[in-house]
Amino acid sequence: MIPIEQYRTTAENQWCPGCPNFGIQTALKRALGSLNLAPHQVCLVSGIGQAAKTPHYIAAHVFNGLHGRAIPAAIGIQIANPDLKTIVTSGDGCIFGEGGNHLLHAFRRNPDITVIVHDNQIYALTKGQGSPTTRRGEKTRMQFDGVAIDPSQMLATAIVHDCTFVARGYAGDLEGLTELLKRAIEHRGFSLIDVIQPCITWGNHPVAWYKERATPIPTDHDPTHRDRAIALALEAPDSFPIGVLYEKPAREVFGETYRQKVGDGPIFKLPPLAPSIIQSRLKAMQIHPAPRVGA
Amino acid sequence: MKDRSIFIVGSAGEGIQTVGDVVARALLRSGVSVFTSKEYESRIRGGNSSYRIRASGPNAPRHDADVILALNSTAAAHYQDTASSNCLVLGELSPGGEGIRVPFQALAKEQFSSLLYANSIAAGCLGAVLGISQELLADTLCERFSRLTEEVLRLNVDALALGYKHVLPSLDASSTIVLDSSSSAHSFISVHDAIALAAVAAGCRFMAAYPMSPATGIMTTFAKDPELGVFVEQAEDEIAAINMSLAASAAGARAMTATSGGGFALMTEGISLAGMTETPLVVVVAQRPGPATGLPTRTAQEDLNFAIHGGHGEFPRAVLAPSDPKDAIDAIYRAFDWAERFQTPVLVLSDQFLADSHFSVMDISIPQTPVPSGLADPSESGAYQRYALTEDGISPRLALGQSEHLVRIDSDEHTEEGHITEDLEFVRPAMVEKRLEKMRRLKREIPPPDDYRTDDAETVLISWGSSRGAVVEAVDRLRGMGQRVGSLHFTTVWPLPQLSLPAEVKYWTIEGNATGQFARLLQAEGDIQLVGKIERYDGMPIDAASILAELAGDHSEVDA
Repeated sequence: MIPIEQYRTTAENQWCPGCPNFGIQTALKRALGSLNLAPHQVCLVSGIGQAAKTPHYIAAHVFNGLHGRAIPAAIGIQIANPDLKTIVTSGDGCIFGEGGNHLLHAFRRNPDITVIVHDNQIYALTKGQGSPTTRRGEKTRMQFDGVAIDPSQMLATAIVHDCTFVARGYAGDLEGLTELLKRAIEHRGFSLIDVIQPCITWGNHPVAWYKERATPIPTDHDPTHRDRAIALALEAPDSFPIGVLYEKPAREVFGETYRQKVGDGPIFKLPPLAPSIIQSRLKAMQIHPAPRVGA
Repeated sequence: MKDRSIFIVGSAGEGIQTVGDVVARALLRSGVSVFTSKEYESRIRGGNSSYRIRASGPNAPRHDADVILALNSTAAAHYQDTASSNCLVLGELSPGGEGIRVPFQALAKEQFSSLLYANSIAAGCLGAVLGISQELLADTLCERFSRLTEEVLRLNVDALALGYKHVLPSLDASSTIVLDSSSSAHSFISVHDAIALAAVAAGCRFMAAYPMSPATGIMTTFAKDPELGVFVEQAEDEIAAINMSLAASAAGARAMTATSGGGFALMTEGISLAGMTETPLVVVVAQRPGPATGLPTRTAQEDLNFAIHGGHGEFPRAVLAPSDPKDAIDAIYRAFDWAERFQTPVLVLSDQFLADSHFSVMDISIPQTPVPSGLADPSESGAYQRYALTEDGISPRLALGQSEHLVRIDSDEHTEEGHITEDLEFVRPAMVEKRLEKMRRLKREIPPPDDYRTDDAETVLISWGSSRGAVVEAVDRLRGMGQRVGSLHFTTVWPLPQLSLPAEVKYWTIEGNATGQFARLLQAEGDIQLVGKIERYDGMPIDAASILAELAGDHSEVDA
C-alpha cells in the first residue's frame, strides 16, 4: 500500500473548483496506491481536454499527446515497455469523438492497457458544446435548439466487440470507483471504464440528477453474459448502472506473439540484432555470375 | 553491344513480372548488370503495364525500348511508340505490326493444354534473343519457382525450351543481342529493400503503418521476416500509425513509419507532436503524383514542400531524399542518427520509381552496428527534467519507464519538467529558442551536395532525390558530345547546406514536379541565378533523354 501523498505533483491544477475530476483523480491515486504501483511503474496517457490534464496531477510517467490520440499512443508505449502499467485518462470527446476509430480497433487488438473515460457528456474546455454522449434534445452552447443526433453507445459497442473488461463508474462514488479502477487496472487485456461525471459548469443537470441515476448493477448480473451486459450498457443515457458490465478473461493480448519471439521487458533493453541476420539478407540479394554456356 | 532496353509489356496480372524477373536474374547470372523498373496502372487485372530491363547500362530509366516482348497484342500496340530504331518486337504482335510473332497462348494451349505455361514460353523466347543460355534460364526459372511441384516445374522448363527453340530460327546475326558481361557479383536490390534493411541495422524495432502505394513494401519486408525483430502493426489509419510509432519511441523503442502523400497529410499533426515533444521519429514518404488520390501507381517529386513544411508550428526537422540503394542506406543511418541526437522528426523522401526499381549494385554494405542510443544514463540525473534548458537546446532524454526518474512528455507548451505552462514571459520564449537552437546545430551537419564533373563545367544541372542516375547519365552523354556539363545532386534537401556557387555557371534545376519546388527553395535559401528549369510531371520518371531534349529546347522526347 503506497500512501496517496506519494502521487502528488507540483503542477498547478487548472480544473474548476469542485469539479468531479478531483474525485476521479483521488480514486485513481488510491487504486494505484492499493495496488502498490509506484509512480515510476505507471505511465498515464491522455489526449486534450480538461480530463486529459489528469496525468499532470498524479505522479507517474506522462504522455500527454494529441486530442483523440491517447489510445494509439498508449498502445505504442505498452508494446515498447510492457513493464509499465499504461493507463489512459481522458474525456468522452477525446476517446469517443475525435478518437472513436482508435477505440474501435483497440477492442480488436486487446492491448494490455486501461482506458478511463471522464464522461461528462459535454466539451468543457472549449466551453460547452455537445459531446458524443450528450443526450438528444439537450441544449448546449453550440446546439442551441438541442442536440439533434443520438448519443453514441460505446460501452455496448465495446461489448459487441468482445472488449475484455467493460465497466461504468460514477465520479461521486469514491470507494466504488476506486474498487472498479483496481479491477480494471489488474485486468490483463483491454479494460474500458466509463466514469459518469457531472459537469458543474456547463452541464444541464444538477449533481443530484446523476446520483439518482447512478445505481449499482444488480448483484445477480453475470458479467460473462454478453446480451445482458449489452442491455445494461444501453440503459444509458436514461440511467447509469454502475459496476462491471462485461468481463472476459481469456483472449490473446496484443503483442504476445512478438514477445514470444523477442522475450520480455522494454524493447530498449533487448540485445541488438545479430549483424549476421542483416548480412544474410543482403547476401540473399547477391547474384553471382555462373560460368557462361553458349546459346 | 552495350546498353539495351527491354520492355516486357502486357496487362496487369498477366505475368510480366514473372517473365521479367526470370530474365533479369538470368542476365545477372550471365554477368550482365541490369536495372529494372516498372510502370503500371492502378488496377489488379487488365490495362497496360510494362516491366523494363536496362541491360549493361547505367542504373537509370530509359523511355525507349530496343526489344519489346508483348504478352498480348493490345499491349504491343500501346507500347509501339516506345520502340527505338531497330527495335525487335517479339510475341503477340499488334495487327499489322512487324516483328517475330510467337503466339504464346496458342502454343501453351496446344502443347501443354494450359495457358499457365505461356509465360515460360515467353521467358524462353526473350532469353534466346538476349543470348542467355537455355540451361541458365531453366536453372533461374527453377530457382524462382522452387515452391512449385517437381512435375509443374518440369513442364515449365519444357515450355521455356519450346519458346527458346521456337524463336532461334527467326534470329540472325543482326537480331541476336550480345551484352557486355563481367565476372563480378551484383546485388539486385531496390531502394525500399535497402531502406528496410538499413532501418533494422540502425536499430529500428517498431513500425506502425497503414498500407499505401508505393510505401507498403517497407512494412511488408518487416512483416514477412519476423527474424528481423521489428514489431510491425498495420494501424487503422495513418494517424494511429504515427501516434503509435512516436509513443513507442518515447518509451525507448527506435521507431519509424512510412506512407505516401495522402497518408502523410493525416500524419502531419503527429509530425508536429514529434517536434513539440522532442521525440525521435523517422518517417518515409514515398511520393506519387497528387493532388488527392492523384496517380496512385505513378511517380513524382511533388511532396518536397509538404515534407519540409507539413505540420503546424515551428520546430526542427531534416528531410533526406536518397537516389539509389547505397544512398538510401546512408540516408537511413543519417535519419536515425539525427532523430536520436536532435530528438526530432526526420523525413526520408522516396517515390514510386525508387520503390519499384531494382538496381545492380557492387560492394553494397550495411554498417554492423546500430546508430548509438540517444538515451541518457539515468544514474547521472539528479532531479530529472525532460525539457531541461541547455546551451545546445538538447535535453538529456530518458525514455518513459527507463528508470525511477519520472518522464513527462507534453504536447502543450511545457515547463522544463514537462508540465503545461502559460508562462509567456520566460518559459515560452525559452522553449521556442531551445527547439530552434537544435535546428541551427543540425544545419551545421548538413553534407554538401554530390558534385559530379563540375570542375570545368559551364553548365551545371541541379537535382535531388531519385533523378540522380538519369542526371549523371545526361552529364556523361553531354560530355561525350564535347559539352562542359556537370551536376550537383542533393540527398539532404532540408535544411540546405551553405552553398557558394560560382556565378558565371549556367544552372538548370531538374525535378519531378510542375512548380519547381526545389528551384524555389534554392532561390529562397541562397543567391543563385537559374537559366532554366526542367520539370517532369507526367507520372513517369526523369530519364536522360528527356533532360537532353529539354536542354536542347526540344520537347518532343519528353512527350513521348
